[in-house]
Amino acid sequence: MHEFNRPSSTPGTSTLLRIATAGSVDDGKSTLVGRLLFDSKAVLADQLESVERVSRAKGLGHVDLALLTDGLRAEREQGITIDVAYRYFATARRTFILADCPGHVQYTRNTVTGSSTADALVLLVDARKGALEQTRRHLAVGQLLRVPHIVVAVNKIDLVDYSRDRFEEISADIVRIAEGLGVPSIHVLPVSALVGDNIVERSDRLTWYEGPTLLQLLEELPPADATEHSFRFPVQLPIRPQGAARDPRYVEYRGYAGQIASGVVRVGDRVVVLPSGRETTVVGIDTADGELTEAFAPQSVTLRLADEIDITRGELIAGVADAPEPTQDLDGMVAWLAERPLRVGQKVLVKHTTRTTQAVVRDIDGRLDLDTLRPQHTDALELNDLGRVRLRLAAPIMGEPYSTSRRTGSFLLVDPQSGTNLAAGMIRGDEAFSDEAAVPLDTTLNWSI
Amino acid sequence: MSDTAVAGRTLTHLEALESEAIHIFREIVSELERPVLLFSGGKDSIVMLHLAAKAFWPAPVPFPVMHVDTGHNFPEVLAHRDATVDRLGLRLVVASVQDYIDDGRLLERADGTRNQLQTQPLLDAIVEGRFDAVFGGGRRDEEKARAKERVVSLRDEFGQWDPRNQRPELWNLYNPRHRPGEHVRVFPLSNWTELDVWRYIEAEAISLPELYYAHEREVFRRDGMWLAVGDVSQPRDGEAVERRQVRYRTVGDMSCTGAVESEARTAADVIEEVALTRITERGATRADDRVTEAAMEDRKKEGYF
Repeated sequence: MHEFNRPSSTPGTSTLLRIATAGSVDDGKSTLVGRLLFDSKAVLADQLESVERVSRAKGLGHVDLALLTDGLRAEREQGITIDVAYRYFATARRTFILADCPGHVQYTRNTVTGSSTADALVLLVDARKGALEQTRRHLAVGQLLRVPHIVVAVNKIDLVDYSRDRFEEISADIVRIAEGLGVPSIHVLPVSALVGDNIVERSDRLTWYEGPTLLQLLEELPPADATEHSFRFPVQLPIRPQGAARDPRYVEYRGYAGQIASGVVRVGDRVVVLPSGRETTVVGIDTADGELTEAFAPQSVTLRLADEIDITRGELIAGVADAPEPTQDLDGMVAWLAERPLRVGQKVLVKHTTRTTQAVVRDIDGRLDLDTLRPQHTDALELNDLGRVRLRLAAPIMGEPYSTSRRTGSFLLVDPQSGTNLAAGMIRGDEAFSDEAAVPLDTTLNWSI
Repeated sequence: MSDTAVAGRTLTHLEALESEAIHIFREIVSELERPVLLFSGGKDSIVMLHLAAKAFWPAPVPFPVMHVDTGHNFPEVLAHRDATVDRLGLRLVVASVQDYIDDGRLLERADGTRNQLQTQPLLDAIVEGRFDAVFGGGRRDEEKARAKERVVSLRDEFGQWDPRNQRPELWNLYNPRHRPGEHVRVFPLSNWTELDVWRYIEAEAISLPELYYAHEREVFRRDGMWLAVGDVSQPRDGEAVERRQVRYRTVGDMSCTGAVESEARTAADVIEEVALTRITERGATRADDRVTEAAMEDRKKEGYF
């Protein structure tokens, strides 16, 4: 039995894992999230009482755990989930941030949003229905967003009499699809969210299953390691207190504040400031708690440099060895999130790391048909489309392929008038592009990223 | 946050939350003209200010703070507020609910509580100060409607929140752009839980008003909560005054903010207690959130914190 502890009061060893959940209509996702929170004791007595009261008022015979996660009035009234909701639970080893992404309304928009920050994507599949078209789409979105781990929970296993054969059949389907998409880490496990089998506790009814419970698995997945890639530091703002310094020792202070996007930096490292290309040396890594000799992603620090270079927001400080090339041409996959379609010639703002610049859409090279996972020709991208676009930028950005770095490979398209977000973008690598209709499944994601 | 107890180059979850909050402060200050931080002297706003001071160190915090004052204050919280503002050399803007009641712009509610009355003075002070970003201490773990809130959340020219039409928030690319008359609310503690806030208070040795720790106080029972006896909160007939050892989990309008019985005298004690508790922070201590299933959602839509 899994020994569950309330979060310990010694946080020194607890790490953070960000999870997104996705599923199709009625596959019991809200119940699964409710079960995870309930069984991990993240639900407190007054929340449970409120859910019990509402369940009774609705004439339900059981406590509807889905009510724990439906936060807005319209959601409770209609019994649907509208927007991404964030949940928190913790074990002695790990703290979890869970982005609960609704399945029916705008599933692409929601799944893209939830997946963008996730270390793990938990997909639900109904054991009676098996892998559906939507399962494949969710797997594709998860892979497109480069979520490091994908976990498929085959739910309602109680409704197929805990059949090992049925589970293995579904599992084989999913592994085949995932391999075709190039998913690097996939885990499939049987659960019943309604009954509570194999979510937090092992189940007597699943004796043939020898793997971990869902929670055990989530506790053990290694978090994304952004320190493997080279040092990248998008400058947020210069820190120059001058006369405003509260401490006279810092009147002459000049540092550059930011959050390390990837890699490690040490005092004495040679760095290059982009787009200008000037080289200098890191002479100090400061925090309000004192100086560091080394810092790594995703720490927020302030760097001091040897040379008096005038650096502003939106510039990138990078390791000299393999710094990215500044470019005004952007080739990326975008998930179109707006009602109004995207067309060639349209003017947009591109927000990439700490830099925002004007841009014009040069080309729309096609959209990804999520049913066939093949590229199709199109003149416009509609809401929830995934497509490939080429943009010309008014100022250079220091981008890298999204497959190399989620932080320096991602961008937003923003409406210059309303200021709203139009699209989530991922910079493509050098992979060959084919717009032939007959791209086989296993190379499709090479097409897309 | 200097101890990295986790092996290798991995941040502890508290260090990761701190770095995220600092990043958010720096983004908003860089992209907008006139931010302000809501500062009540309560623990979440004290933690916010602590993080803001770290984000811009060694430069001073580059924005003023605003207190939406119900007039129903715990004196020790006001004293702590003023001391903190002095220590950091900040400008304090006070939006006073009492002024609105005195000149008739707001009517005192039948039950005499004032948390709901804060919305109008808050929105007016935002317009008057031409503030375009308002940092708030809201956390998504507090309440079901807050769970759907963005880190950077748009408010229309009437200060309203439209929960069904929020911008998708991707990666760490926060988008605070807005049209004239609109503003954004920014919640750097979005991903923190009550326990995280307390762990951080302990790890950073952050000073709080004493009433967050166990102390003896004259209290009476109302709506299942212990309310303090004070100028604005007097027992009614049949409500017996007792002396009990209590502490506060939140501080707000004194007339409707309840205390919990507690023996926790230090942050470490509080952490133990919070880790074992079975009632949410708001459920235990905020009478105004218990009225309907959607009490907070309704107030947020109108422009509340």
